[in-house]
Amino acid sequence: MPEIAKGEAPVVIKDAPDFSNWSCPLPLVGYPTIVMGHGGGGKLGNELVEHLFVPAFRNAALENLGDAAVLNLSSGRLAMSTDSFVVQPLFFPGGSIGELAVNGTVNDLAVSGAIPKYLSASFILEEGFPLAQLAAIVESMGKAAASAGVQIVTGDTKVVERGHGDGCYINTAGVGVLRDGIAVGPHRAQAGDAILVSGTIGDHGMAIMSVREGLEFESQIRSDCAALNGMISDVLDAAGDAVHAMRDPTRGGLASTLNEIALASGVGIAIDEARLPIRTEVQSACELLGLDPVYVANEGKAVFFVAADAAERVLQVLKSHPLGRDAAQIGRVTAEHPRMLVARTAMGANRVIAQQIGEQLPRIC
Amino acid sequence: MCLAIPGKVEEITTEGGLRVGRVNFGGVVKRVCLDYVPEVEVGDYTIVHVGFALSKIDEDEALRTLEVFRQMGVLEEELSEGDVVFAQAAVAPQSACPDGSCSKA
Amino acid sequence: MKYLTEFRNGEIAQRMAREIASITTRPWKIMEVCGGQTHSIIKNGIDQMLPAEIEMIHGPGCPVCVTPLELIDKALAIAAQPGVIFCSFGDMLRVPGTDMDLFQVKGAGGDVRVVYSPLDSVELAAKNPDKQVVFFGVGFETTAPANAMTVHVAKRRGLKNFSLLVSHVLVPPAIEAIMSSPGNRVQAFLLAGHVCSVMGYWEYPPVAEKFGIPLVVTGFEPLDLLDGIRRAVIQLEAGRHEVENAYERIVTFDGNQAAQKMLSEVFEVTDRAWRGIGVIPKSGWRLSEAYREFDAEERFHITGIHTEESALCRAGDVLRGAIKPAECAAFGKECTPRHPLGATMVSSEGACAAYYNYGRFLSAEELATAGSGLTHA
Repeated sequence: MPEIAKGEAPVVIKDAPDFSNWSCPLPLVGYPTIVMGHGGGGKLGNELVEHLFVPAFRNAALENLGDAAVLNLSSGRLAMSTDSFVVQPLFFPGGSIGELAVNGTVNDLAVSGAIPKYLSASFILEEGFPLAQLAAIVESMGKAAASAGVQIVTGDTKVVERGHGDGCYINTAGVGVLRDGIAVGPHRAQAGDAILVSGTIGDHGMAIMSVREGLEFESQIRSDCAALNGMISDVLDAAGDAVHAMRDPTRGGLASTLNEIALASGVGIAIDEARLPIRTEVQSACELLGLDPVYVANEGKAVFFVAADAAERVLQVLKSHPLGRDAAQIGRVTAEHPRMLVARTAMGANRVIAQQIGEQLPRIC
Repeated sequence: MCLAIPGKVEEITTEGGLRVGRVNFGGVVKRVCLDYVPEVEVGDYTIVHVGFALSKIDEDEALRTLEVFRQMGVLEEELSEGDVVFAQAAVAPQSACPDGSCSKA
Repeated sequence: MKYLTEFRNGEIAQRMAREIASITTRPWKIMEVCGGQTHSIIKNGIDQMLPAEIEMIHGPGCPVCVTPLELIDKALAIAAQPGVIFCSFGDMLRVPGTDMDLFQVKGAGGDVRVVYSPLDSVELAAKNPDKQVVFFGVGFETTAPANAMTVHVAKRRGLKNFSLLVSHVLVPPAIEAIMSSPGNRVQAFLLAGHVCSVMGYWEYPPVAEKFGIPLVVTGFEPLDLLDGIRRAVIQLEAGRHEVENAYERIVTFDGNQAAQKMLSEVFEVTDRAWRGIGVIPKSGWRLSEAYREFDAEERFHITGIHTEESALCRAGDVLRGAIKPAECAAFGKECTPRHPLGATMVSSEGACAAYYNYGRFLSAEELATAGSGLTHA
């Protein structure tokens, strides 16, 4: 993948595109940027599909290049999810919009108790968007999909006029097959449940902040963007229906996810701030900008609500998985203070962690 | 008005006529204007607000303060319940300003 | 983080709280002026740890909260102009003007940018010579040196497209105004530690003398706050009224001389209107004659704004410490963080927002019904 230069937005790929790495770069070489024609469904668009998307995503269903992908799925219940990705900058420490687009939808399916199978990928590109960046994004999506064991089987490309888009927007939709005997949901948390988080919080959001114009800083913080379906599968294998609820705390962070589940289940949640796993650097970056890590986005973490007697088992399973090494039990569901998230501070006092309004902003006061 | 955090100065250069430091805040590094703290050198800790160092941290004073804090109430806890009242009277001077004359510490 | 984390030790905090309880024999009312201290007290639950006799009153140390409504409206008007890049600290983005806030101006096409340091806006001006770059310079004495240096650099570089929208306010006049207002209940102050890191505390002995009140320079971490409170209580119990420094690792009596020198060059004292309080004489700074060309209000000549405060909003009473946020009839009803009527509900260090967000006075039921309006974006 070409070197990413940090600095002024938008982040620019330094190296010239290395077409020798591409599966079949010709005849795209002649068009270093996206033009309106790429979205027109004609020759240019077909060339993008043939020489960029298909080689990167490589699977039989896609290569039929029909209007719809024809798939085989075992009978039973299906789960379907969709998400759009508009992150800026497109490339950040630890990942890009490409990995986010694949892993985000994979994770939404996985936390619903489904085995993710197939994804669609739709692109809205801005006229003038460098082909080298698109190539880098698409390559990363292919790798992420292969790593997660899913296939990108259909897609679409549209191009908007210069000035009417942010370079590249991606939508992915995904389907998965629900596991038997699993019925997780945000409404299923019960008093007494243990609450576990699979690892450190705030990494992704602070990685983005570190390259955001006006706020940037140097650090080793990297996005935690990852596909969680393997780890979640291990958890469900071990604990089955003792797992009542699962969610990946993306936008709005851990606090938003816990508040949503508290509201949906009508229960109270009590967590211990001292038990929240947070990387030192993430904590430092939050101190610098006046941000609270509990509201900062994650892209490779899951929260689990499990029956109390299964907690230890689930914790061990998480810690045995490469993505769950820093897993910890952070609190409990309680019948007190229903629909409220209350945290015990390091001082031993209690504070309510409210649902935030909009995006958390850096502060100086 | 107040969000200022301590960081360690790792490098000092001049940029655009300003004395600028690379300051490390627990692993996060930012460039900070050091023009207001000419006494700060590489290796010193300083408190930084909106990209400006405002004061050098007196490390001896910091350690001294922490030690005072650590001592507070310690004796009280080491004694059994019944001794607490007696102990409180005996350790009252643990508090700063035992005779009401404190203007420092 | 060194010199930060150590001052958050929960065990020591508990011991200090017990120490305070053991020396308190009567009710006392102590005000912390600085909004950052309010934030820390409530976030850490410091007030929960104090004995019932001690009441912390939250003061007007939220420069965002006290920026006059008219200036906010001017800021919004400037930010909405084409050809303007309007830079601000994040704190200001959701403060409501008469009709809208900076976020909404951004949404309508205004080029509004959040920066960490005011110097970033000077860089923007240098890189965008065809635009007018305006920095919203709000703050107490802590932030003034940064803003002063920024204007100084702009002048030195001969930048014609940079200006500062100034709303600087000063702590000592605010303390005087609070102590002089009828119905004042404050008996001691925790002085803002970082303000004092700049200005020192040489301004305060006459104030302590005039009003007979203890003044303790205090930091922001839990142990610092507890120590400041402890020292204030010791003085109150002993009937003393002196200025004390409980933040000695950062603050000296004389303060930062280099910063004060720059401040006296770039700024001059002026009367200032404090939102919710009114005009306090000689309580603010404006650009001095030599730097007046960089004043955004003069450069942009905004006229024809209609400024109107919400009739329901009692931010002023909260800022003066006359009422607690929950005692305002609109608290949690017409006025929530999602639909704030005044700056104290939206600013992260505003007393109303702090109480709302940390759930002091909302019962679970109230929070649940309010919760329907609180879905994240």
